[in-house]
Amino acid sequence: MLAAYLAIPFFLVVAAGIGLFALAAGFVLGPRRPDPRKAAPYECGFEAFEDAHMPFDVRYYLVAILFILFDLEITFLFPWAVSLNHIGTAGLLAMVAFLLVLTIGFIYEWRKGALEWE
Amino acid sequence: MTMALSGQYMTNGLLAAGVLLLKVLAVIMPITVVVAYLTYVERKVIGYMQRRIGPHRVGYRGLLQPFADVFKLLLKEVLVPASANRFLFLTAPFLALVPALATWAVVPFWRGAALANVDAGLLYVLAMTSMTVYGIILAGWSSNSKYALLGAMRSAAQMVAYEIAMGFALVGVIMASNSLNLDRIVVAQAGGLHHWYIWPLLPLAVVYFICGVAETNRAPFDVAEGESEIVAGFHVEYSGAGFALFFLAEYANMILISALVSIFFVGGWLSPFEGLVPILGKPGLHWLALKMAFFLFCFLWFRATFPRYRYDQIMRLGWKVFIPLTLLWIGLECVWKAVGFGPWF
Amino acid sequence: MPDLRNFTLNFGPQHPAAHGVLRLVLEMEGEVVRRADPHIGLLHRGTEKLAESKPFNHSIGYMDRLDYVSMMCNEHAYVLAIERLLGIVPPIRAQYIRVMFDEITRILNHLLWLGSHGLDIGAMTLFLYCFREREDLMDCYEAVSGARMHATYYRPGGVYRDLPQRMPQYQPPADPKVHRSTRELERMNANRQGSLLDFIEDFCNRFPALVDEYETLLTDNRIWKQRTVGIAVVPPERALALGFTGPMLRGSGIPWDLRRKQPYEVYDQMEFDIPVGTEGDCYDRYLVRVEEMRQSNRIIKQCVDWLKANPGPVMLADHKVTPPGREAVKQDMEALIHSFKLFSEGYSVPEGETYAAVEAPKGEFGIYLISDGANKPFRVKIRPPAFVHLAAMDEMVRGHMLADVVAVMGTMDIVFGEVDR
Repeated sequence: MLAAYLAIPFFLVVAAGIGLFALAAGFVLGPRRPDPRKAAPYECGFEAFEDAHMPFDVRYYLVAILFILFDLEITFLFPWAVSLNHIGTAGLLAMVAFLLVLTIGFIYEWRKGALEWE
Repeated sequence: MTMALSGQYMTNGLLAAGVLLLKVLAVIMPITVVVAYLTYVERKVIGYMQRRIGPHRVGYRGLLQPFADVFKLLLKEVLVPASANRFLFLTAPFLALVPALATWAVVPFWRGAALANVDAGLLYVLAMTSMTVYGIILAGWSSNSKYALLGAMRSAAQMVAYEIAMGFALVGVIMASNSLNLDRIVVAQAGGLHHWYIWPLLPLAVVYFICGVAETNRAPFDVAEGESEIVAGFHVEYSGAGFALFFLAEYANMILISALVSIFFVGGWLSPFEGLVPILGKPGLHWLALKMAFFLFCFLWFRATFPRYRYDQIMRLGWKVFIPLTLLWIGLECVWKAVGFGPWF
Repeated sequence: MPDLRNFTLNFGPQHPAAHGVLRLVLEMEGEVVRRADPHIGLLHRGTEKLAESKPFNHSIGYMDRLDYVSMMCNEHAYVLAIERLLGIVPPIRAQYIRVMFDEITRILNHLLWLGSHGLDIGAMTLFLYCFREREDLMDCYEAVSGARMHATYYRPGGVYRDLPQRMPQYQPPADPKVHRSTRELERMNANRQGSLLDFIEDFCNRFPALVDEYETLLTDNRIWKQRTVGIAVVPPERALALGFTGPMLRGSGIPWDLRRKQPYEVYDQMEFDIPVGTEGDCYDRYLVRVEEMRQSNRIIKQCVDWLKANPGPVMLADHKVTPPGREAVKQDMEALIHSFKLFSEGYSVPEGETYAAVEAPKGEFGIYLISDGANKPFRVKIRPPAFVHLAAMDEMVRGHMLADVVAVMGTMDIVFGEVDR
């Protein structure tokens, strides 16, 4: 059973290997002519006004929290959908109820304007 | 005795590992070649759509162009901006590339021909395809350039917008197939053209494909790159090999999304003439390849046709169109499941 | 919790959507623009000052290089100003030629605008479609003046020369490595068998269908509408107060067009409509410009018909201002003197001042000319439309997102040659 998963770490290693190979090739084959202007961050040909690492307004912050909620709900749906044939009508109805709650919550968010983040 | 036995296990294990490694390479190498030629096809197809002829100088009809591009990229200086976080800056391309290639572990090319034919295959796919975006966000943040940072922010916003709809669309597929195993999802669609999930799940298929286009940062959702707005977005500071890795990841992802759409909705390696025409009706890799080619062509077609969305509009599309639509369709599937519907439920 | 700060971002000059050398300093709150500060002058060449140090005719070429997308319209304003001070009127055929080329220029400009506006918003195919037609129109420029862009075709007293009787044709490629079959060559030259006017007529017949083709890609496209409808709305009263002209003003619903309001040359004899917008947003300005292309096509057609029927001189015979021609110089002493005087010191323009404006594709392009009676202008003041429009940048993008900045820049149709002069 678990042996089938063995290919996955191999894939990860080979994929990382390809990346490493390309990057190493780039470092080895490419020229190295450091220059302070070349290493400066791109800002359309002018010197940057300030450091880019600073706190600033992420406007979709509320939507991002909703996103986490919904993403969690999807994880509930996966095992349910797989076992639909075994859990019968009761299981089906239970999830329908859950989905209804979810939908009501979604409509509430919509009406409250949580999705109007601009 | 025990020593000899464990030694034998070791050799057997090493042999098995070697064989597996070769198999992995046998999947990844063709994919990288397809990536290379996808760039060529892209330039040719879009060229003809725009009344140009595309690359035609390197080799016969420009057929060697992809190799020229690869060598050019590898021969360029790998620049790391002075104010960047060096470690993260160099790690980010891997975070984008590794999931794009590793997802192929569970993709079945024909019956039983997935290297990891695992039961949680679809979960793995979902997990891996969601990873790519972190490479982009990390690249944008670690570059310490405002344009790159804006690209990263947009990428995050985009993920927030389509990830859920993508998940819901897949829930729809699982409800129909009752399996997370990609192999079995295809097998469940056997029995002829009308058994494919595209018919009952058409809206989900469309949503999934559009989300896939968005996830790969392709036009019209290429806001994280946003050529004319934020110059090159998250990879504005990358050059040479680092840029090549992002490029490779993007195209590998395009191919992957095409493969996944083919597998989930249009019967993977199954023939559309199944049960109708004797030879053409046989399943096989070529059918999967044809279906993928069609979806890949759609990627290019979109790019040549559509203007770019603004990133808040993607959010609106995701939350106000896709999520309600997929929710509705899952509800509909519940009904179908209860009463039975066609060959699918 | 740390304070959220606005940050300042350099947008341009090295930016794919900067339309040349615009530098915008944007104060951003996340992706939302709070303040936009255009910095100009990177393409300043001192055209106005240069013109003061040379004879009048020598500066015509500088005018092409102002708005280098609508070359002949710029020449037109300058030449018109000189003619008004001199008190001369060019022959009627020259006036028709000028109107025709003004409209060809308008289409040239709007095609480039449409292509780059589309490209800014991400629709890249349109750009190449537009350039296909620009190619034909540039060939017209080349046929009359020998230059594809900086024509220097309009001269005080008329135009440099009459329209050619033969349209130049494509020749087999000189490079032996480039293969082009005879059939392909024949196909390319199919509409170049007759005169320039035949070629232009053929273009006029083809063009409306091509505009439909552009519109198929954009007008009803949902994404295009989402990106342009309601973006950078300028109400009519604000448009007037900001000094907008041309499509920027008409997009806001004010039917102001110099071709109608202060007709010059033979515009009063032309039949055309002036499209106006209703909302004053980017989408309306897009529609106005697309319709203007169709109207320009109508005007060109009328000019072609008239020009075919009415041959005649295209330059005044007043050789104090216009060259007498090469043959005359060889035979006639007086012509030789005229020619020498004209090309060495030019002509003197009576003391006075005037303002001549034309409806350039981008708006009102005006030349304010002061002469102190010498052979050089005392002062040339150029009124470029895009300079005025650019001043409204802050007002138009405030509160919009970064992605809208490129849409606004596209809708303004800025060319830095005339902004920086």
